[in-house]
Amino acid sequence: MSVFDQLGAGRDAVRLWFAPDRVQEEGETPDYRFSLANERTFLAWIRTALALIGGGFAVDQFLTDHLTHWARVALSLALLAGGVACTLRAVNHWVRCERAMRRGANLPVSRFPAVLAALVAVIAVAMVALVLFGWAG
Amino acid sequence: MTAGRRPVETDRDPGLQPERTRLAWRRTTLSCAVTAVLAGRQVLNGGGASATLAVSLAALVFLAFLWLAHHRMLQLGRPRPALLPASSALGVAACMVALAVFGAAVVW
Repeated sequence: MSVFDQLGAGRDAVRLWFAPDRVQEEGETPDYRFSLANERTFLAWIRTALALIGGGFAVDQFLTDHLTHWARVALSLALLAGGVACTLRAVNHWVRCERAMRRGANLPVSRFPAVLAALVAVIAVAMVALVLFGWAG
Repeated sequence: MTAGRRPVETDRDPGLQPERTRLAWRRTTLSCAVTAVLAGRQVLNGGGASATLAVSLAALVFLAFLWLAHHRMLQLGRPRPALLPASSALGVAACMVALAVFGAAVVW
């Protein structure tokens, strides 16, 4: 898949977010239980995003004794950015799953969970190092 | 020949699916409340007009989410719940982004 194909697919996906009726134009309506399961998965990702955003707030409020101002700002912003990425991905994945179910196609696969896991692991290791060695204290 | 058969509603628990989805909306609302409280707490120590404004913004985001969730939970009470409207999904996403941008502005 060339870069232009990927860009086109991305543009198409974003258009789909804002014109959801187009999803219902194609394929046949799946059993509503599958759509509800898809919705619950969407909500689970939203909760993940909320946890990341809440974590961003918590780092700034509760680690004042451990971290310097800039370490706190960097960690908070990383967590908040992770929350936003999670949210956008939740909407995108929900639309794509819904469309795949209508078309009878395979559900979309994604490397996002792995990337998110790596990000959280990096942040956790950084936190342990900072708190343990008091580099920033 | 059952391969192409569309699932019928008597196959499994048709009644519990909307219930589970409703509960998922409830716990998401609860998570949103916790995050909104953290957001409000972020600026509460400062005091003054900007703190009042920030707390109001956090409360507003939570109320918007509550309204979206309530609306959807009413829809789920019907016999054959319709697909989640994309406007609701985008509204939820907008609430999350608003909280994150708010947080970034305060932290910065």
